[in-house]
Amino acid sequence: MTTDPRPLRPGRPKPWNDPRVRSVVFQILAIAGVAWVGYTLFHNTVSNMESRGISTGFGFLNETAGFGIIMSLIPYNETMSYGQTFLVGLMNTLLVSGLGILLATIVGFVVGIARLSSNWLVAKVALAYIEVFRNIPLLLQIFFWYFAVLGALPGPRQAVNVGDIAFMSNRGIVLPKPVFEPGAWVMGTGLVIALATIVVLAIWARRRQAATGRIFPVLPIAVVLIPGLPLLGYLLTGGPVSWDVPSLGGFNFRGGITAIPELGALLLALTLYTASFIAEIVRSGIVSVDKGQTEAALALGLPARRVLRLVVIPQALRVIIPPLTSQYLNLTKNSSLAVAIGYPDLVNVFMGTTLNQTGQAVEIVAMTMAVYLTISLAISVLMNLYNRAVALKER
Amino acid sequence: MQQTETGLEPESVASPVESVARDEAIIQVDDLNKWFGDFHVLKSLNLDVRKGERIVICGPSGSGKSTFIRCINHLEAHQRGRITVDGVELNEDVKNIEAIRREVGMVFQHFNLFPHLSVLENCLLAPIWVRKTPRNEAIETGMHYLERVRIPDQAHKYPGQLSGGQQQRVAIARALCMQPKIMLFDEPTSALDPEMIKEVLDVMVELAGSGMTMLCVTHEMGFAKTVADRVIFMDGGEIVETAAPGDFFTNPQQPRTREFLEQILQH
Ligand SMILES: Nc1ncnc2c1ncn2[C@@H]1O[C@H](COP(=O)(O)OP(=O)(O)OP(=O)(O)O)[C@@H](O)[C@H]1O
Ligand SMILES: [Mg+2]
Repeated sequence: MTTDPRPLRPGRPKPWNDPRVRSVVFQILAIAGVAWVGYTLFHNTVSNMESRGISTGFGFLNETAGFGIIMSLIPYNETMSYGQTFLVGLMNTLLVSGLGILLATIVGFVVGIARLSSNWLVAKVALAYIEVFRNIPLLLQIFFWYFAVLGALPGPRQAVNVGDIAFMSNRGIVLPKPVFEPGAWVMGTGLVIALATIVVLAIWARRRQAATGRIFPVLPIAVVLIPGLPLLGYLLTGGPVSWDVPSLGGFNFRGGITAIPELGALLLALTLYTASFIAEIVRSGIVSVDKGQTEAALALGLPARRVLRLVVIPQALRVIIPPLTSQYLNLTKNSSLAVAIGYPDLVNVFMGTTLNQTGQAVEIVAMTMAVYLTISLAISVLMNLYNRAVALKER
Repeated sequence: MQQTETGLEPESVASPVESVARDEAIIQVDDLNKWFGDFHVLKSLNLDVRKGERIVICGPSGSGKSTFIRCINHLEAHQRGRITVDGVELNEDVKNIEAIRREVGMVFQHFNLFPHLSVLENCLLAPIWVRKTPRNEAIETGMHYLERVRIPDQAHKYPGQLSGGQQQRVAIARALCMQPKIMLFDEPTSALDPEMIKEVLDVMVELAGSGMTMLCVTHEMGFAKTVADRVIFMDGGEIVETAAPGDFFTNPQQPRTREFLEQILQH
């Protein structure tokens, strides 16, 4: 038998067997593929638009829009530009997403904690809520609230009257609108002073506790002071706020603030749908904290509420925040279903009407996508910062 | 800085006191009964523990040892009978329960350290939020007890970075920082690798020497022999036999005790 003089493993493998070479080659191929697809799409679109006589660029943003929008947070009428329609849509998207995130978080946390209640009825009601809202398609829920609930309300003349100051009808909910008169600044100042006092008090309370051990109840004081000081300012200056109360005039209401039914339906659906997911996230976060943690804290003599605040919640948040972030992102993106019931969000007014009228598909789609990308990244960054601050102190 | 240990108690009292004078007892358990649903876990237990006494509880798995000591600081509620700790009778009053828990430290089988807090912060939490101790003073006490369990150098690490034996010693220090009058141990070494058992037992022996009242569920018979004033054998939710360690290991009275000791001393 002859022995092979070559060593068993030569210094370098053949290039096509070297994992580093392989990974570089595959990456180059992948990038080339993406670039080719991108170029083809771009080239196609540009030549299509040229052949149909559509100019490219963002000049259209200065042209007159010529269409009305049923709800706007900023001054708008049809003589204004497409740039303004973009802003109106953007504001409406931000409004419904922001309110939706706030409300879904509150409802989700309450239901999630209720799900763990030792009260049988409370726990079962929470469970039923979660199962119903989580398992029905969101679009169906939007239609349900829009057509079956809000659409079924009576017309303005037979509106549901809440104490002659607020009205609910199929045109929406009309509430009194505060009108600030000179002197209202005293109230604003009161609020600022209250907030500043609470911050100073919290810092002082922390220092004093470190020094003397005595615990100062900052929270109850904040609860009194924050509404209390503006109210005091209101009383001292003789009430510098008046209310623009809505009244029925002709076929609709005059004055007040109107929340259109499109907003109400979309907000209800987004809130209740997302809250059912958040509730499950909160429940599993709390359950994930080992029972031994609570027992150890109780055994040290800590009262139940401090156990929750100092031991359970900080550990549960670590588990809750990452999936909570993705629910916030989902809610924001799902708000584009607004188009189904005609709520004038960004997709509806900009990618819908504006695109139809101008044909500037590439620019409009790119701008809209950039907006959602920016909002999503902003939410992610904020939540990651929060996560780092409160939760990830281990190791 | 004042500590609760006196250091005056002799290392081991000659013979156990079977019937302690009632007013001497720091823990009195009378006719303690507990059910989990229909299951009768604790059947009419009676026990008086003197101040400074060291008691080891042993018995087969499921005999109710954990449940018994968890009743003493009301981690489990009992349904019949009376438990009095340091003159306070346990009832459903939250203030009462919290007052007793302040005086009763507990060490668990699985340590249950707070993973989101550093070792030192684990030791500060209860003194600051329960005893309302100024932070500097709490740090001083915390470091003192971390030194006593011989890990002051780990004070700023997180529990996840420590070995099991080190974690259990932190758990002991955390309980001692409340300067309790009584310490409860529920199988403190049974989740540990063999080479770490000794470092934890050493700390416990030292604590016993300082005069702390201790109730310890453990199968470490060596520990029971050196430290215990009395050994209690539980089976099926009952106290089957109580004896001084000398008598308990050499001359058990009950057949069930003998059977248990044979099994446990075989390996
Ligand atoms: N929360 C509970 N609900 C129902 N039964 C329980 C509960 N906790 C314990 N038990 C039962 O009560 C009995 C006593 O349990 P306990 O934990 O006190 O035993 P133990 O003597 O400590 O056993 P081990 O040596 O295994 O720790 C067991 O049969 C156990 O299954
Ligand atoms: Mg046990």
